[in-house]
Amino acid sequence: MKFGIMVNEGPYTHQASDSAYFFTKAALDKGHEIFRVFFYHDGVQNGTDFTTPPQDDRNVVKRWSELAQEHDLDLVLCVAAAQRRGLVDEDEQKRHGKDGHNVAPGFRISGLGQLIEAGIQADRLVVFGD
Amino acid sequence: MSEAGATKKFLYINRKAPYGTIYAWESLEVVLIGAAFEQDVSLLFMDDGVYQLIKGMDTKGIGMKNFSATYSALGDYDVNKIYVDKDALAERGLTLEDLQHLVWEDENEDWAEKDSIRLVSRDEIAGLLEEQDVIFNF
Amino acid sequence: MLHIVNKSPFTTTSLESCLRVSKPGATILLIEDGVYGALDGSRVSAAVRAALADRTVCVLGVDAAARGIEGKVLDGIDVVDYDGFVDLVAANDGVQSWL
Repeated sequence: MKFGIMVNEGPYTHQASDSAYFFTKAALDKGHEIFRVFFYHDGVQNGTDFTTPPQDDRNVVKRWSELAQEHDLDLVLCVAAAQRRGLVDEDEQKRHGKDGHNVAPGFRISGLGQLIEAGIQADRLVVFGD
Repeated sequence: MSEAGATKKFLYINRKAPYGTIYAWESLEVVLIGAAFEQDVSLLFMDDGVYQLIKGMDTKGIGMKNFSATYSALGDYDVNKIYVDKDALAERGLTLEDLQHLVWEDENEDWAEKDSIRLVSRDEIAGLLEEQDVIFNF
Repeated sequence: MLHIVNKSPFTTTSLESCLRVSKPGATILLIEDGVYGALDGSRVSAAVRAALADRTVCVLGVDAAARGIEGKVLDGIDVVDYDGFVDLVAANDGVQSWL
């Protein structure tokens, strides 16, 4: 079965991203396909390359990047939400004249159409949030 | 755009008040983008989400963009099934008259103006949820 | 249909709205802080117990264990793991997350 996953909250402050991660991992381990994981609202913060969590705690961002690499996942940060919250890839850096870019490996910035497409193409859309 | 023969029933559920958090506005942004994909779209306002539709909002004092007009534009985007939980309104001391009058123009009836808001009971909401293919929550 | 509730019944109306709007035959899954809704002896236990008559209520075991309440859930509530969570989503045509 094909799943679409929507993550509405950022790392650490809410459990949403953790729940989404474990759900995604379990679905993959059971042989399901993850069509896309779409990060919206503060969920785009899951894609920041600049977190330095304490050594004895889980690294939420890195965990997503590693899962994406292992399973060739499509992790998408909503461009409108990202612009509001300061998530910038190289294109956005050039477009808006920012000093740098900060999207973690495995994530890409794209439009809300990607979320709608996930709703259309997936058999199930599961939303994690507040 | 939708795949041939694959129109899905999309429901966007709003349960949060506007301005105290961003969910009301950012959910509208999804609805507007989603309108281009020609799916069978409905919106549901329940619990504190009914507050989003109150008319006469003035946000100048809080320095936030007033997005009330976006609800009235929904009809132009072919989003005309707007369900409002009548019990949620009553619990909050509100009636239909407190809400914006949202309309759409039916091209199949000579562009006759029709009401987009449909007041629903909890039983009707239960049925509405079960009909959907995709449900968005914010 | 699968209903997912992730907030304590004393923080938001999510569980209450879910119970009012879920139909007989539905499955309600409590995750994250929603697992507190499964505790026996609370102000909402009667409503949850009533739901058990015609709906399935599950709690995500790891979330209940994290909060120290795994042994204190109402009789009749099923404990599932993430594999079970995935199976519930796959088995139900619709998924409603009560955020």
